[in-house]
Amino acid sequence: MNRYTNRYPAILLAVVLVVAGCAKKQPPPPQAPPPPAPAPTASISANPSTVEKGQQTQLTWRTENATDVSIEGLGPVDANGSRMVTPEQSTSYRLLARGPGGQQDATARVTVTQPAPPPVVEQPVTQTDEQWFAQNIKPVYFDYDSAAIRSDQQSVVQANAQALAQRPNFRVLIEGHCDERGSTEYNLTLGDERARAVRDALVAAGVNGSRITTTSFGKEKPSCTESNEACWQQNRRGQLVLTGK
Amino acid sequence: MLKRFLAILFLILPILATAQEDWIRTGTGLGVEKVRIAVPDFKASSSDAANVELLRTFNETLFNDLTYAGIFDVVSKSFYPLQQPSNPQEMRFDSWSSPPPNAAMVAFGNLGKQGEFLIVQGWLFDVKNVASPQVLGKQYREAASVENARLIAHRFANEIIFRLGGGIPGIAESKIVFISSRSGNKEVWMMDYDGAGQKQLTSLRSISLSPRLSPDGTRVAFTTFTRSISELAMYSLELGRMVTFPRFGATTVSPAWSPDGQTLAFSSAMRGDPEIFLSGANGASPKRLTAYKGSDVSPVFNPKTGTEIAFVSGRTGLPQIYIMHIDGTNLQRVTDTGYAVSPSWSPNGQFLAFAWRRNYGPGAPGGQDIYIMDIASRKWVQLTHSGGINDYPSWSPDGRHIVFESTRSGSTQIWSMLADGSQQRQLTTAGRNQQPNWSFR
Repeated sequence: MNRYTNRYPAILLAVVLVVAGCAKKQPPPPQAPPPPAPAPTASISANPSTVEKGQQTQLTWRTENATDVSIEGLGPVDANGSRMVTPEQSTSYRLLARGPGGQQDATARVTVTQPAPPPVVEQPVTQTDEQWFAQNIKPVYFDYDSAAIRSDQQSVVQANAQALAQRPNFRVLIEGHCDERGSTEYNLTLGDERARAVRDALVAAGVNGSRITTTSFGKEKPSCTESNEACWQQNRRGQLVLTGK
Repeated sequence: MLKRFLAILFLILPILATAQEDWIRTGTGLGVEKVRIAVPDFKASSSDAANVELLRTFNETLFNDLTYAGIFDVVSKSFYPLQQPSNPQEMRFDSWSSPPPNAAMVAFGNLGKQGEFLIVQGWLFDVKNVASPQVLGKQYREAASVENARLIAHRFANEIIFRLGGGIPGIAESKIVFISSRSGNKEVWMMDYDGAGQKQLTSLRSISLSPRLSPDGTRVAFTTFTRSISELAMYSLELGRMVTFPRFGATTVSPAWSPDGQTLAFSSAMRGDPEIFLSGANGASPKRLTAYKGSDVSPVFNPKTGTEIAFVSGRTGLPQIYIMHIDGTNLQRVTDTGYAVSPSWSPNGQFLAFAWRRNYGPGAPGGQDIYIMDIASRKWVQLTHSGGINDYPSWSPDGRHIVFESTRSGSTQIWSMLADGSQQRQLTTAGRNQQPNWSFR
């Protein structure tokens, strides 16, 4: 034991006494806490709540005790109000009301339905239509055992596409045909490949695919029956047929 | 030079000869001695005037059935002795077993109209076994008609074929469905295996193609154009009319039956490119098996196992024949060149018959002929060499015959032959006839 240790407890006692004395100081009387701000309220509705695309609906909202009111997608709005909106698709409009008392939100859901496609009105095909078709729409010819569009047939495809663009309401069936050589069943499938090749080429040239159907007659409906190359080439074709408008 | 050529020839010849016998066993007796059988005309057993026509039909049918069975060497009638038996008491054995007839077996008997009925008694005698010659002794009784005279002859022939042909049932009562244009439209027709009794089944006045008899013989699946699209259709032989079948709205072609009759395979463009599909026998739940660009068509099941399908695919360009498992796996290419179509699988599961144009292209030499191939070894034999276009082979239920279409007579007609290419005979003549399919039984 040395002289510092002997003095330590005394210093400690002095500190304790000073601190105790501070603690004993009387605190100022507490103020009553201010009354809490009322919580904001929010409500929003849409009328009507279901619309067809392109139609308007009216949003109506009310808030209380709010200093900062906004609607998601519309931005800041008045505390109370209404507005016409034209949503592109089904949307939830969320109202956010903030105030000193806190925040509140409310949501109005608007369902948007896609309009039904216009009904297809069947028009009778007239003789004029048939004549126009025969003059302006030509068959596409193919090589032996092939369903590839030949380079010399590309212009025919383009001309057909342009003609079909002038009659957008015409509906077309493409028949695939084969020459008499080759087997019955395989020719039915080869003809189908030819019809679809012509359709794909027309679609690539801008024709709406929903106007076109395809089928195959194989070698069952020849347009000529001679056994020579001239006739065989006549038969190896994709034939376009007007089916309606 | 000549010596060398001869040396090579002598080297090759034995190989060719043994190759033939070793691997091409179609049950038509190649390398096996055929039974030498004599078939004298049956005689009248009563004095009814109707017997003349009944006898003529019966005798003609029986003689043809045995001649075309593929397992007999039928003794020519010009070798028969003058005295011919109509019952066992009248049989003189050595007149048949010695030259000129030199027969091992003789089929004989009698036929007569008795009241409303036609009674036939028939025997098959082993004339080299005098002590105990009778192999068959049968009696038949049906309502008297030409149709029934034919029917009894078929039945008796089948008995003889079954007994002498190693236990494989005869085909004398089997049927062939086919397409005929003779009514003015391509319709489904049916005939007896020998071309008799050709009758029209459908009257759709459309274009009907590719008929296939169901394994139980009650229905014919085929395709017909409905609103400009080739769709599957079903004809009921039991009901005598069409039954409803789903339409797929896209080019659908070439139906085939699984051997248990529960599944159909066919080609359809319903998902784009023509692919092989399976469906229930009523067309329900079509399921796609192939998925390659290029037409897949003309499927046929292995009739012995029902677990494999042969089909035609244009995926490499010209159509070739492939085999795959019925789940679409284990694809194998079977033909290597030319233009190969119309596979038909033999009842024993060993062979494919198909149409092949080995040299293909405009002006190329050779025609399109019927070939058979042993699937295991991939070795093939050319069966027709007639010129013209031969297509659409279909195996008989006994595996010994093939029916097919041929243009060799000037128009497309139906022909049949033994599976070794012999005895080719024309079955149809009226109109144009194509795409024959032999019944399963």
